[in-house]
Amino acid sequence: MSAVTDTMPFPREQGRSARPTVHTPPRHEDIRTEPAIVKWTVIALAALFMGLFIVLPLANVFAQAFSKGWDAYVAALVDPDALAAIRLTLFVAAVSVATNTVMGLVMAWAITKFNFAGKSLLITLVDLPFSVSPVISGLVFVLMFGAQGYFGPWLIDNGWKIIFAWPGIVLATVFVTFPFVARELIPLMQEQGSSEEEAAVTLGASGWRAFLKVTLPNVKWALLYGVLLCNARAMGEFGAVSVVSGHVRGETNTMPLHIEILYNEYQFQASFAVASLLAFLAVVTLFAKTVLEARLGSRSGRH
Amino acid sequence: MSRISRRLALAAALASLAIPTLASAADVNLLNVSYDPTRELYVQVNKAFGEKFKAEAGKTIEIKQSHGGSGKQARSVIDGLEADVVTLALAYDIDAIADKGLIDAAWQKRLPDNSSPYTSTIVFLVRKGNPKGIKDWNDLVKPGVKVITPNPKTSGGARWNYLAAWAYALKQNGGSAEKAQAFVADLFKNVPVLDTGARGSTVTFTERGVGDVLLAWENEAFLSKKEFGDDKFDIVVPSLSILAEPPVTVVDKVIDRKGTRAVAEQYLKFLYTKEGQEIAAQNFYRPRDPEVAKKYEKVFPKVELITIDDPAFGGWRKAQKEHFADGGIFDKIYSN
Repeated sequence: MSAVTDTMPFPREQGRSARPTVHTPPRHEDIRTEPAIVKWTVIALAALFMGLFIVLPLANVFAQAFSKGWDAYVAALVDPDALAAIRLTLFVAAVSVATNTVMGLVMAWAITKFNFAGKSLLITLVDLPFSVSPVISGLVFVLMFGAQGYFGPWLIDNGWKIIFAWPGIVLATVFVTFPFVARELIPLMQEQGSSEEEAAVTLGASGWRAFLKVTLPNVKWALLYGVLLCNARAMGEFGAVSVVSGHVRGETNTMPLHIEILYNEYQFQASFAVASLLAFLAVVTLFAKTVLEARLGSRSGRH
Repeated sequence: MSRISRRLALAAALASLAIPTLASAADVNLLNVSYDPTRELYVQVNKAFGEKFKAEAGKTIEIKQSHGGSGKQARSVIDGLEADVVTLALAYDIDAIADKGLIDAAWQKRLPDNSSPYTSTIVFLVRKGNPKGIKDWNDLVKPGVKVITPNPKTSGGARWNYLAAWAYALKQNGGSAEKAQAFVADLFKNVPVLDTGARGSTVTFTERGVGDVLLAWENEAFLSKKEFGDDKFDIVVPSLSILAEPPVTVVDKVIDRKGTRAVAEQYLKFLYTKEGQEIAAQNFYRPRDPEVAKKYEKVFPKVELITIDDPAFGGWRKAQKEHFADGGIFDKIYSN
C-alpha cells in the first residue's frame, strides 16, 4: 500500500479533473501559438452560440412573461391552479432531495468504504436513471402501481393512491434524480479513502461520530453541489412526471406540466409567467452552484 | 444539528405545509377525465353546474379536470386515474375502459343520443385568404400541401379526421376500399408532424405556424379563430364530413367506491339540459336539443355527414380493429 502518498500534504489534486479546480497550469500551456484572429473568432463563436441558443430564448421567456404587464404576471402566479402547481413542485423537490441526499450518502458510503461482491454492479446501477428515457422512468411505476400493475389492485382495495397522485410523482422524481448526489460523492470519497475515519476510530470516536466529524466535513461541498443539481432537476422534471401525473388541474400538475397546459390553452403570457418563475429558480440554483464551485476550488487547494 | 437532519427537518416542515393543501375543501369532489379540446367547455359547465348544485343541494362541489389525447386519457383511467366521469372523443375509448370492467358494458344506452350530449364534425382550418386554394379533401393530397393532424393512435380527433377522409375517398371511387386506402396514404404523406392530441396539433398550426391546413374539430377551429382573431384563419367546410359523437359516461367502479354515483349522474344529465346545451353551443359544439340547435343554426354550416355506424365503417369496434389497431390499415400506410 502507498503509505507514503497518504501522508503527503497534497493528495487531492490528481483525481479531480472532472471539476474545475484552481491549480497552476504547467508553463508550456501559457505559450500561445495561434494568431489573434483565431483566438477572437473562437471566442466570438462561443459567445454568439451562447447568446443565440441560451440567453436569447431565456430572455424571451421573461419578455413574454411580462408582455401584459406586472398585474397579469402576478395574476398568473396567484391563480389557484398555479399556486397548487408551485406548492406541489416545491413539495416534490423537497422530498426527493431529502431522500436522495440520505440515500446518496448511504450509497457512496457503501461503495467507497466497504468491499463486497457485486460492488461494481452497484456502481453501474447508480447511473441507470440517467441512461433510461424519462418516459420509461415513469412507466415502470405505472406498471408496478397502476390499476393493471402488480400492486395496483391491492393498493386500490386498501385506499392507497400512488399513481396519478403525489406519491407517484415523488417516486418518479426520486428515481430520475437519484444519481446526482451519489455521483458527486463516490469519486471524491473513493479518493479520500478511509484512512481519516480509521484514525478517528482508533482515537476512540464512535462510527457515527467519525461520520459526523470526519466524513461529512470532507464531502460537504460536493454533497451540497449534488443536492443543488438534484434539486434543479427535481423541480424541472417533465417526462417521467407527465406519465404518472394524470394531469388533474390543481391537484397533480407540477410547474412544468402546468406550463404546458397553459400554453395549450392559448394562455401564452400566463404560461411564460410560470415558466419565468421556474427559470428564475433554476438561475438561483445555477448561481449557488457557481459560488459553491469557487469555494470548492479554494478548499481543495488549501488541503 | 447536522446539515442532514436540518435538511430533513426542513423537508418535513415543507411536507406538512403542502400535504394538507392537496386535499380539497369542497363537500363533494368529482374528477372529469376528458379529451383535448373540451377544456374551455368544461370550465364553463363545471362553473354552471357548481352554482346549480349549491343552490339545489346546498353543498359545494369541486369538479377537477384532466385533459389529453382521448386514447391516452382512457389508458390513464384503465391504469387507475380515479375518474368519476369520462367525457371522451369517441365511443371506442370508453369501450376500452368498459372492457377492463370499470364501466358497465351497456354504458352507451344509459343516456340519450348514444350518450353524446353534443356532436361535432371535422372541418379544415386554413390560413387567411386560403392561399393554397383548399376546398375539399382532394386538395389535401396535392403535392406541396402540408396537412396538420394529430396521431390517430393516440388522438380521438385524429381518428375522426382519418375516417372522414376515408369516407370521402370511398364516395369518390365508387366504394373501392383499395383506392380509399391509397388516398388516405397520399394524405398522410403530406403530414409533416403528428402530435399526440388535437390541441397539440392546433398549437402547431396556429402558434408555431407549421402547415397549410389543419384538420380540426369544428369547435377547435372556431376556438382558434376566436383566440387569434378572424384575420388570421378561415374555416373551410368540405363536401362531406363525419358526424363525431363524443360520448360521456360515469365510471361505475370509481363512483361506487367513492359513493359519488348520484352526483356524477346528475352532472352528466346537466349536459342535456337547456343550460348545458347552451354552453355547448357557445363553445361551438353542435347541440342536440332542437330548440337550442335552432337558435344557433347560423353558427354551424350545413354539411353532409356520414356516421360511424354507416356500413362503410360498421361501428367503432370494427373501425378501430380495421384501421387503428396494431397492424391495421393506418400502420400499413404510415410505415410505408
